[in-house]
Amino acid sequence: MASRRSALTAIGRQFRPLLDGWGNALATLAILVTACVLLPGVFEWSILRADWQPDAERCRALLGTGACWGVIVEKYPLILFGRYPFDQHWRPALACGLLLAALWLAGSGRLRVRPALALLSGALLGFLALLHGGGFGLPIVDSQLWGGLPLTLLLATGGMAGALPLGILLALGRRSRLPLLRSCCAFYIELVRGVPMISVLFVAAFLFPLFLPDRAGGSALWRVLPAIVGFAAAYLAEVVRGGLQSVPAGQGDAAAALGLSRWQCLRHVILPQALRAALPALVNTFIGLFKDVSLVTVVSLYELTGALTLALSGDAQWRAFYLEGYLFIGLIYWLGCLALSNFGRRLERRLQYSSRDC
Amino acid sequence: MRRPFAEFRRHASSRAFCYQLLVAGLALALVWLLVEQTGAELRTRGIRSGFAFLFEPAGFSIGESVLDFDAAQPYWRAFLVGVLNTLRVALAAIVLATVLGLCLGACSLTRNVLLRGLCRAYVEVFRNIPLLLQLLTWYFLLAEKLPSADAALNPLPGVFLSKSGLAFPWGGEVPAAGDFGIAGGGAVTPEFLALLLGLSGYGAAYLAEIVRAGILSVPRGQVDAAAALGMTPLQGLRAVVLPQALRLMIPPATNQFLNLTKNSSLAVAVGYPDLVSIANTSLNQTGQAAECISILMAVYLGLSLLTAAATGWYNRRQLRRGH
Amino acid sequence: MNIAGWKCCSALIAVLALTPLAAHAGKTLDLVRQQGRVACGVSTGLAGFSGVDSKGNWSGLDTDICRGIAAAVLGDPGKVKWLPLNSQQRFTALQAGEVDVLSRNTTWTLTRDASMGLHFTAITYYDGQGFMVPKQSKASSVKQLRNAEICVQSGTTTEKNLNDYFRAQGAKVRPVVFESFEASLKAFFSGRCQAYTTDVSSLVSIRDKEAPKPGDYVILPEVISKEPLGPAVRRGDDEWFAIVKWLVFALIEAEELGITQANADSLRSSPNPAVQRLLGSGDDSGRLLGLDREWALRAIKAVGNYGEIFERNLGSGSSLKLPRGSNALWTKGGLMYAPPVR
Repeated sequence: MASRRSALTAIGRQFRPLLDGWGNALATLAILVTACVLLPGVFEWSILRADWQPDAERCRALLGTGACWGVIVEKYPLILFGRYPFDQHWRPALACGLLLAALWLAGSGRLRVRPALALLSGALLGFLALLHGGGFGLPIVDSQLWGGLPLTLLLATGGMAGALPLGILLALGRRSRLPLLRSCCAFYIELVRGVPMISVLFVAAFLFPLFLPDRAGGSALWRVLPAIVGFAAAYLAEVVRGGLQSVPAGQGDAAAALGLSRWQCLRHVILPQALRAALPALVNTFIGLFKDVSLVTVVSLYELTGALTLALSGDAQWRAFYLEGYLFIGLIYWLGCLALSNFGRRLERRLQYSSRDC
Repeated sequence: MRRPFAEFRRHASSRAFCYQLLVAGLALALVWLLVEQTGAELRTRGIRSGFAFLFEPAGFSIGESVLDFDAAQPYWRAFLVGVLNTLRVALAAIVLATVLGLCLGACSLTRNVLLRGLCRAYVEVFRNIPLLLQLLTWYFLLAEKLPSADAALNPLPGVFLSKSGLAFPWGGEVPAAGDFGIAGGGAVTPEFLALLLGLSGYGAAYLAEIVRAGILSVPRGQVDAAAALGMTPLQGLRAVVLPQALRLMIPPATNQFLNLTKNSSLAVAVGYPDLVSIANTSLNQTGQAAECISILMAVYLGLSLLTAAATGWYNRRQLRRGH
Repeated sequence: MNIAGWKCCSALIAVLALTPLAAHAGKTLDLVRQQGRVACGVSTGLAGFSGVDSKGNWSGLDTDICRGIAAAVLGDPGKVKWLPLNSQQRFTALQAGEVDVLSRNTTWTLTRDASMGLHFTAITYYDGQGFMVPKQSKASSVKQLRNAEICVQSGTTTEKNLNDYFRAQGAKVRPVVFESFEASLKAFFSGRCQAYTTDVSSLVSIRDKEAPKPGDYVILPEVISKEPLGPAVRRGDDEWFAIVKWLVFALIEAEELGITQANADSLRSSPNPAVQRLLGSGDDSGRLLGLDREWALRAIKAVGNYGEIFERNLGSGSSLKLPRGSNALWTKGGLMYAPPVR
């Protein structure tokens, strides 16, 4: 009897956080009821009635009642790699694998900062070389043809890699003692932060070619990437400035007293502390950038979202199955963002340990 | 011979001044060069330029607008309608996102594991999927699931919800069924609703994090003190915790409001006639890309500065009150 | 900033200052020959006009025109660089020289021809704007659509036509404008709008492929606008303008003369001087265009005559099954008429 009683209490204790107080119990009940109403429908559509065969006729019969995952099976090369020549698809696949592996290795915390940076820049160069070709008997593939996942990765990593140094420079410029430099940097930062990314992309894609004489503008990719760098740099600058402000003024004085030059002080004393303080916000900005890359589709660059449009809208057989496509690339983005925020959390923890060490 | 130069080098301030002058000169030269170059390019290619087109009739109609708009009216009025539409959806979304964000932020700190988990899951899912995808999904869901205009949902007298949107009594008029759907009264379209839901759902996920951090920043002792004074947890939250947390929350929340306003530029994806949509159509009809895009950027910049000024004012007032 | 920074800066300025000298250095034809490919702007996907299949190959009427140009100018229909452009970007891409020819179901209008720095060359498809409504709709003619909500895709002439038409009727409509094609379709088929409007050429395929039940929708009889579609080139290069224009004419002329992809080689010895001229076995028509004798022969062998292109992409040989209608030859009651190739 006693043992049964105590078991009941134990079970009751487990549920207490859910049922403690009437408001709490009501919330629990509401959540459970909503889940019971919604989940079976979702389950039925996405799994029970879904079809995995790349067969347009069977999918059309399912329209509205079940998911047609066959559209992914049929179109995944186009969605993932865009207009890249079909027989060369192993190259973007390998390049993405290379870059992702390097990112994972650099983010896993097994490497120190310098080797990690070297690895990343090496991987980025290898990535570009593989995509572009030209050596080892690989035919050259024009950057106009790059698309899908490799383009998303290139714009995101290239954008971050370019924006961080530029953002640091802008942040330092905004705290400079030279009034003109200071106001120029502030003006730039506020200007860019005040306009939507779409309009910056419009300028890069539509206006820039008009500023330049015939064909000097080059491929859209090389105009949009600097635009992304310039855009993200303004946001990063504010994040870095927040970090710089958190470094006590005494640190700079101490460094000066030790005879460090201004540059040395910045490089070895101020910046490491500032960047460490700004780390969570930096990672958040990177996540934002990764998602914002999906906007380049409005200027005819075919990253994941654009490649999906390209794959489906010209093909009358498969046009009707957009929702499945959106869910597919939504999943890719979600995984990417999740990985980034996990990386940020781990890095934060590691830095906390290392700062305790010294 | 070298003495003046050495003197110059030693004089840090005059050196700095010269550098600055040089930078400014270079920047100005660059801008002048670009403008000159563009003008020449446009002329040689036979492309019309200038803002004169703003006073010509627009020639297209706009699906929903606060002002009366007719295709015979000039482009500038079309742009004005676009700006008002952008403002309308941004303001509504800011209010909704704030409410939702507050709830989510508070929920993610409750003891109810299920509720807390749900709020965390919401934040993690909604923050990590591009807004464009969310908007399209919302729109498709609304378009798919709402009943057609003949069989409109009628949850309250005079309020109709259907594929034609949400109609409600407004200005003394009560909506009723017409030839093509519901007519009369005030109405918002499903495009507006989808945009509102998407923007506020996305913004709320970010605001929830800000609220959570703000509340966590209030020392535990304050909560205990409130409890000791006999306040209920809700009273304690409202009267003790939130006012203190608010001071920390306002700067990042301002940023989020700005982001939300700028994100409303994705409206064109779901067919809402915001400023970007109007600029797109005008750009297509006149071919004057530079002019349309500069109007677009100027308006958003102006809105950002206004929002920053408004929240700055509020922030100062709040700080004064706090002391 | 250090010395290296200054050097970089001044180098950049110098480059920017010198670039105007490089502008307009070569004409389009020279540039195309030098780079060994024709840069062709096409739509991001419009069934029958341009689209990529699951293997990444382009097909459609618009794309075949570009293939024909590449075959005529470079001798290889595969030497085309495809640039899918959205409707906002198409004119700037042409103006800025990113594409040599814009073959992207673009309507020829006065404003575009006169103020956007481009020239339309010839008409490859006569289209018009039509309407589709659900079968149980109260409207059986476009006139009855007053005050209706109509789904449209943005960035096209469609919005303006819609407005012009209803204004002439003294009525109003409420357009619901979408940037993307798929969003506009999804909205219509889920019942958001009472009608959908776009070019007639697309309406049929949209109904047959996109509608949950094609039988539930009808296409209204009225066509409210003229939409002549054709390739456009940049202003200021008459030589290239003539090449593109006459390539289209040559394809139409080939159909009239009965020259097809299959019989083009054998017809070179035809006694008909018009055939000889077109195929390069008679007078040299290519020299005047800055091309060689067999320019048209290569284009016809690559993509076929206009009729073959039509049937393959839009007509009986395609999944769209559109009738020739206005796009039949003038000798068969249509509007396709090429000035004489001589």
